[in-house]
Amino acid sequence: MGAPGFDRVPISEQDPKIRATNFEEVCLGYTEEEAVVEAARCLNCKNPRCVSGCPVQINIPGFVTALKERDFKKSYEILTESSSLPAVCGRVCPQETQCEAQCIRGIKGDAVSIGKLERYVADRAREEGTRMKVTAPANGHKVAVIGSGPAGLTCAGDLAKLGYDVTIFEALHEAGGVLTYGIPEFRLPKEKVVAPEVENVKALGVKIETNVVIGKSVTVDELMKNEGFEAVFIGSGAGLPMFMKIPGENAKGVFSANEYLTRNNLMKAFRNDADTPIFKPAKVAVVGGGNVAMDAARTALRLGAEVSIVYRRSAAELPARAEEVEHAKEEGIKFELLTNPIEILTDDDNNVTGMKCVRMELGEPDASGRRRPVAIEGSEFELPTDAVIMALGTSPNPLIASTTEGLETNKWKCIVADEEFGKTSKEGVFAGGDAVTGAATVILAMGAGKAAAKGIDEYIKSKG
Amino acid sequence: MYLIKKKKVLCPSIFLMDVEAPRVAQYCEPGQFLIVRIDENGERIPLTICDYDREAGTITIVVQTIGASTKRMMDLEEGQGFHDVVGPLGQPSELVTDDLEEVKKKKILFVAGGLGTAPVYPQVKWLHEHGIDADVIVGAKTKELVILEEEMSKVAGNLYITTDDGSYGRSGMVTKVIEDLVAEGKKYDLCVAIGPMIMMKFCVLTTKKFDIPTIVSMNPIMVDGTGMCGACRLTVGDETKFACIDGPEFDGYKVNFDEAMGRMRLYKTQEGEALLALEEGKTHHGGCGNCGGDK
Repeated sequence: MGAPGFDRVPISEQDPKIRATNFEEVCLGYTEEEAVVEAARCLNCKNPRCVSGCPVQINIPGFVTALKERDFKKSYEILTESSSLPAVCGRVCPQETQCEAQCIRGIKGDAVSIGKLERYVADRAREEGTRMKVTAPANGHKVAVIGSGPAGLTCAGDLAKLGYDVTIFEALHEAGGVLTYGIPEFRLPKEKVVAPEVENVKALGVKIETNVVIGKSVTVDELMKNEGFEAVFIGSGAGLPMFMKIPGENAKGVFSANEYLTRNNLMKAFRNDADTPIFKPAKVAVVGGGNVAMDAARTALRLGAEVSIVYRRSAAELPARAEEVEHAKEEGIKFELLTNPIEILTDDDNNVTGMKCVRMELGEPDASGRRRPVAIEGSEFELPTDAVIMALGTSPNPLIASTTEGLETNKWKCIVADEEFGKTSKEGVFAGGDAVTGAATVILAMGAGKAAAKGIDEYIKSKG
Repeated sequence: MYLIKKKKVLCPSIFLMDVEAPRVAQYCEPGQFLIVRIDENGERIPLTICDYDREAGTITIVVQTIGASTKRMMDLEEGQGFHDVVGPLGQPSELVTDDLEEVKKKKILFVAGGLGTAPVYPQVKWLHEHGIDADVIVGAKTKELVILEEEMSKVAGNLYITTDDGSYGRSGMVTKVIEDLVAEGKKYDLCVAIGPMIMMKFCVLTTKKFDIPTIVSMNPIMVDGTGMCGACRLTVGDETKFACIDGPEFDGYKVNFDEAMGRMRLYKTQEGEALLALEEGKTHHGGCGNCGGDK
């Protein structure tokens, strides 16, 4: 450590060479001593800017101070006043652009490691069996929540704390949404972290019915008319994968990142006792530069492949968290930046043999404010690979919107909902998370779930 | 758990099960499918819904043992159950959703290949219940593999059974029966062919000759079945479609069967293919020069 107070307590991680061959968690977390020393760096500002940087406004100085005083129970209580999934947030939130970006400590030195402290408090509470508290007696009002991802779990947890009778409907066979099918084990352990967080929400009285595809098994209107739900929250996420629409994309060996990750995370294809197969070639190319691309690439690496990430802009524009890019590089993932595939090449049997790519350069800024990549003429080359994973983003599944009467969507098939309370065009129906915004982050979805819980509470109270 | 209320072995490799799944039974329609999982480590297996009883809250599935999972499924008995059942998935058959009066005007031919008899049955039954008698061709490798004959005969107009080896009914493949029926003077406005991809491919090649529009039901590899993964994507005309949400039924004239059959082989290792050849060698007729299977 350098000058006291300026540097954060470093976090232990699995060695890159070792972790590249297993699915155990990369980050090992703080010990009690490390956590307390790091917590002591918090200046407990009168005007805590970190809180305004948090989409769910966690009382950060509050939980950090309790941690510093080794009152772990109190620290967890303060944390869970605002967040129902702290062990998840401590792992996957982009703290460096949120709470930690606002930290005064960050002006001269490192910001307080808020995310890692949150993780410590949540993990310790789980190990000690500390649960969240229900704050109000049961009020008998029934609310349906569609989707058990971060938005749905948060909304359900908050409503249950207020005394509502909440049922979550989940399309897949396991709860958790993207936490379960999308984010890999080495970043977010399923049995150790996700399942207990789901159990925590259930312990508040929330029921979870899996294997129900809303819009197919039953519609929103039927839930309200026939099953007695007074309000519905739609947190169905952005599940539809995008493809590039280039020649050869339906060849054998081209996958959406959704498929590849679902096989590995939800279906546990990396384990020997799982029935679901996964394609394990020698060389894999992942197209895209977001967190999902990093997750897919690092999964393929762990399954034994030599992996390249192909991204059309430069390193500065990579949308993935810096930590994920760093981890990927340490593990040996190659980056083909300023490169764009234009065709998938195949053999006679339609197996992928490579990609025809072009080199790109950055031109004028586009609508997103980022400099638009432009193909360099005559720069075509072939990148040999046995498989291609498309990690280009996802869009909301139109199923619920198309089967719910009077529910307005925009041209991207996103459900239209107000930011303050998640109110949609249909009375009693609220929405939030990726289903409204398109693919974004876990914590933004949680923020939306939280806002909608407030909206639903007010709506039901106003009806008397 | 989703309870198995009834199990019936139809022939040594094919069995039928009635499974309790009220949410599926309540809203499913002919043409749709569901996904089952045997246990915690099981894969998600898509199966076409063969029948349903809305009051009892049960659905009927018919399964052929073709791999490890389906063999394990056959070991399940009445009183046991599936870990998961989800559905109904996919779009209902257009025959069910189209204007009934228009459908009534059509002379419809169903062509069922082997296990495909199971998904054909609810459609023929639905039409029968709505006053439409469709002709049905049921093809199987051999007499033992002809399933649901009694049930089908109750709801079909004319039922033509054929076996590849001539051990029962007519002799030869379903495509020969289509040609024979047309030669006998039968006229059809629509054909619905359901069975193995290779059989549907050749049905389409046959019906095309007679200008009979043909619907096929595609059964590619799937994971979630809700549009999330895209494993089931097919080339239909010049578009990419997801069988799970856009289908499973498509215009047979437009489906790229060769690509679809290739994608089906993705997870078959060479050893696995050898095993299949050993166990099911006879299901592949060979020598057609089209499917590439005899290379």
